[in-house]
Amino acid sequence: MSTGAHFAPGRTLAELAAGLRRREFSSAELTRALLGRLEAAQPTLNAVISITGEEALAQAQAADRELAAGRAGPLTGIPILHKDIFCTSGIRTTCGSRMLDNFVAPYDATVVAKLKSAGTVMLGKANMDEFAMGSSNETSYYGPVRNPWNTSLVPGGSSGGSAAAVAARLVPAATATDTGGSIRQPAALCGVTGLKPTYGRVSRYGMIAFASSLDQGGVIALSAEDAALVLTAMAGFDPRDSTSVDLPVPDYAATLNEPIRGLRIGLLKEFFDGLDPENAQRIREALAVFERLGAQLKEVSLPNLPLSVPAYYVVAPAECSSNLARYDGVRFGYRCSDPRDLSDLYKRTRAEGFGAEVKRRIMIGTYVLSAGYYDAYYLKAQRVRKLIADDFERAFGAVDVLIGPTTPTPAFALGAKTADPITMYLNDIYTIGANLAGLPAISVPCGFMQQLPIGLQIVGPRFAESRLLTAAHAYQRETDWHRRIPPGYE
Amino acid sequence: MADHSVDAGKVRAIAHLARLEVKEAEIPVYQDSLSRILAFVGELDRAETTGVTPMAHPLPGAVQRLRADEESERDEHERFQANAPQVEASLYLVPKVIE
Repeated sequence: MSTGAHFAPGRTLAELAAGLRRREFSSAELTRALLGRLEAAQPTLNAVISITGEEALAQAQAADRELAAGRAGPLTGIPILHKDIFCTSGIRTTCGSRMLDNFVAPYDATVVAKLKSAGTVMLGKANMDEFAMGSSNETSYYGPVRNPWNTSLVPGGSSGGSAAAVAARLVPAATATDTGGSIRQPAALCGVTGLKPTYGRVSRYGMIAFASSLDQGGVIALSAEDAALVLTAMAGFDPRDSTSVDLPVPDYAATLNEPIRGLRIGLLKEFFDGLDPENAQRIREALAVFERLGAQLKEVSLPNLPLSVPAYYVVAPAECSSNLARYDGVRFGYRCSDPRDLSDLYKRTRAEGFGAEVKRRIMIGTYVLSAGYYDAYYLKAQRVRKLIADDFERAFGAVDVLIGPTTPTPAFALGAKTADPITMYLNDIYTIGANLAGLPAISVPCGFMQQLPIGLQIVGPRFAESRLLTAAHAYQRETDWHRRIPPGYE
Repeated sequence: MADHSVDAGKVRAIAHLARLEVKEAEIPVYQDSLSRILAFVGELDRAETTGVTPMAHPLPGAVQRLRADEESERDEHERFQANAPQVEASLYLVPKVIE
């Protein structure tokens, strides 16, 4: 996997951008080198569904012209991957499903269009759990992604391809989405940085819908600084997404070096109850770094938070069953062969086109929305969701951010949790709360347990992405966990 | 909501509502996983929610934005229909519905 002396893997996006501006290497050279790494790693990691080499080189050459003309922005010429949930015009967009195996998106998602106009170079489409439903990347129609730290382990999910590719230094950053933890959990399990923005901060237009009141696009990168650069380009009001929020986008990189002295950090009692002692120890070590930088620690309690996983597993499947009703074998995507009649066409198309976990969630969602059960399950869950959101609101009256673990355990073995859906669902026990309340949250690497990376999660009030990134950046200036490269990918 | 078990008839009814073909051998599998998931989410019963307004939007006070009712998109049906399994004369084809 020779990539040439110029591209010693492990350079962050900001460092690669500086190299491009100094003309140490061209975007075309960087793109070719990283395409080579991506292709070489594919048989082992399976991090991508499609590689778009030709388009990438054309974009890189265009970026090189911008660089030569002195018109380069902070992302010009930077190779990235898009999670295959984002529509890419003229390029196959599968969402990890047989249902969309033959789907060529007729337009770009807003996120894709924005990052394209910022000058990024798309190397391909990242593998993911089918329709983003999963926490281990094992539900993908295209096979599981493997964790670069240990290929017998999962990378987490649903943005497993994005996280594995960034961790293996195949790209400095990748887009991702987070409905219940799908950015933060794989980022934690792969030892990279993952930011889920506030609901409404990043446009969902062209981002294939799973649970529309929870889904949010974001980024997986090597550092908080890199995440800030990408978020600045991704975020913003979009009239094509009716839930997009019309607020100005700050330059998230401009405030990274602000001091965090006096930052009030809330330690979530509910996150530490029953936490593995070694995991808790890593979090305490990280908190000591924040204290040394002048932050104040304070224990806070969100009494309704333990109900977030049950509330999520009513609300998310309900929205999933509604959103996925569009896959009917008529207008796009998979169609079963020789349908007897229209009903048979619908039923067999959906039975054959969707995988087991997606069908299970459609069934649950249909059940909780059906006559006689709607009040008991769906309305009840939305009431509990309100209680959880109110708990967060109260906590942010007393503290600036909340800190805790991202996941209960490091990466687990492939197949270890596929037999029991509830065991799998509980992976997201610490991440789901932020989705239910629409809050921004970031996961940063904070050390190792059993030789595997784990993540520290920082949750903030709505639209406090700058605060989260500044805190994460302050931590990353004091530590080098985010600089650790999986063996074999140095 | 104490009993969360789902019988075979219920699985068939839900599968029909969801327009999913379910084979006989899959019914007990769905019965088992749905019953377990519903029992798990049944924990929500523990929360006292009298008088709590169900959350309707993740951002407090947000309302659904509406745009002016005017034409905003070009006709690109040929490009969109290139993804369709079966099209004729710009129409999506499905099996005959009326005999």
